[in-house]
Amino acid sequence: MLAEVTYQLGNGFLLAFLLFAITLIIALPLGLLISFCTMSKFAPLRVFFKVIVWVLRGTPLMLQLFVIFYGPGLIGLFNWPTVNTGWVWFDKTFDTRFIAAFVAFSINYAAYFSEIFRGGIQSISKGQYEAGEVLGMTKGQIFFKVILVQVIKRIIPPMSNEIITLIKDTSLANTIAVYEIIFEAKKFMSDGLIWPFFYAGLFYLIFVGILTIIFNKLEKKLSYFRV
Amino acid sequence: MAFLEIDKFNKTFNDGFQVLNDISFSLKKGEVLSIIGSSGSGKTTLLRAINFLTDLDSGKMVLDDEVLYDGEVDKNTNDNKLREKRLNFGLVFQQFNLFPQYTVLRNITLAPELLLKEKIKKYKTELKIAGKSFKERLILVSEFKKQAVAEIEKNGLEILEKVGLLEKSNAYPCDLSGGQQQRVAIARALALNPKVLCFDEPTSALDPELTGEVLKVIRSLKGKDRTMIIVTHEMDFAKNVSDKVLFMTEGVVEEIGTAKQIFENPKSDKLKAFLSHAVENKVGE
Repeated sequence: MLAEVTYQLGNGFLLAFLLFAITLIIALPLGLLISFCTMSKFAPLRVFFKVIVWVLRGTPLMLQLFVIFYGPGLIGLFNWPTVNTGWVWFDKTFDTRFIAAFVAFSINYAAYFSEIFRGGIQSISKGQYEAGEVLGMTKGQIFFKVILVQVIKRIIPPMSNEIITLIKDTSLANTIAVYEIIFEAKKFMSDGLIWPFFYAGLFYLIFVGILTIIFNKLEKKLSYFRV
Repeated sequence: MAFLEIDKFNKTFNDGFQVLNDISFSLKKGEVLSIIGSSGSGKTTLLRAINFLTDLDSGKMVLDDEVLYDGEVDKNTNDNKLREKRLNFGLVFQQFNLFPQYTVLRNITLAPELLLKEKIKKYKTELKIAGKSFKERLILVSEFKKQAVAEIEKNGLEILEKVGLLEKSNAYPCDLSGGQQQRVAIARALALNPKVLCFDEPTSALDPELTGEVLKVIRSLKGKDRTMIIVTHEMDFAKNVSDKVLFMTEGVVEEIGTAKQIFENPKSDKLKAFLSHAVENKVGE
């Protein structure tokens, strides 16, 4: 039984991890982009994205998940596409539910990340930009060569919080029947088993432990300078 | 013939305060100008305007026979043009503004290396036009880059030696004293070999015992080709190092002249009051 549960939960974890990883890959750069928009000097753009961020942070992720998964079909806009590469595992994993899930997660987390980025970017002194300017750097060079590392150093603590929340939030995807860990653990309830839930919790715990170690390492790595 | 010609700089802040009012002066090549005056007189704004960090309402600036700014013509210069213009000047800030994540040497070599990228781009197209094969181009470009980077580094180390911090080349700014940080900032500005080197109250953020080392470095830079503009509250320093001194009050050039004229034979009452105040403060210390 243990082997069976381990196998099922392991599969569920793999899916949760995929959801987590894809969300990060999309939401981090998207969040940076949104943070630029919310700091734009062009008022319509700034206001528009501030409203978007307000809505995304102001409504439950589960609600957004439902709207994104069921919404397009219900209003006849489009149906989430199915993937057909012929590679069975891949096609089965990237089904419509999973796609809707990572889209919803990415957009939602991009909103949160954007606020963290904004705070970090605005905390860097104007003098750093001006120093770059008088040294003839382009705006892009100033941001990527001078500002970004300082921002990263500043935002590691709030970012690690948010990223740890993300791995646990992936469990919400079970509400649209993505076969992540909780979904798998629930299946064993019909056998009258409760311990698979605790076992599922262990998966999260261990993963969060690993993440914590990684963030601590990163923090240490950037401790050689002060901003 | 003037090297730097500032003509009728005007600027009014958004709240209606006129911070620069018809500021004009000129400098010959190699001259050192000190700008003195009480806080809020517009000294720093003037320096920032010269460095294109603050927009002007009107005025004209000519450097080395090139019109860098003309309020009548170019209100909106594009970013690349602006960068080119800025490179004519170097600016050392009151708060140093070193890049904290880079070593001392990297702080100095970063900007020259980024500028090198543009040169490499140009070189690449030249080679393409010359009809070199892809492989040849690859080798030539990497050679070119290696040599240029080595040169930039060598130059950086030489400048560091000049400001007396060669042994700190691998240290990070947070490990340096304020005076050392400011000397690195000076080295960083020097590395781009600007036509005019500007200082914005370079010792104001320093503990009194650290100002000496920075002033000494600035003094050592004085040479026949090094044109400098120094905004400062250090009267003795201004007196010693300057060829010209400009006294500002309320956005106006109240008096300008040689160091001797300004300090030993001030004409305007405001300048007299300012100087006696400065002396009093000194005695008070």
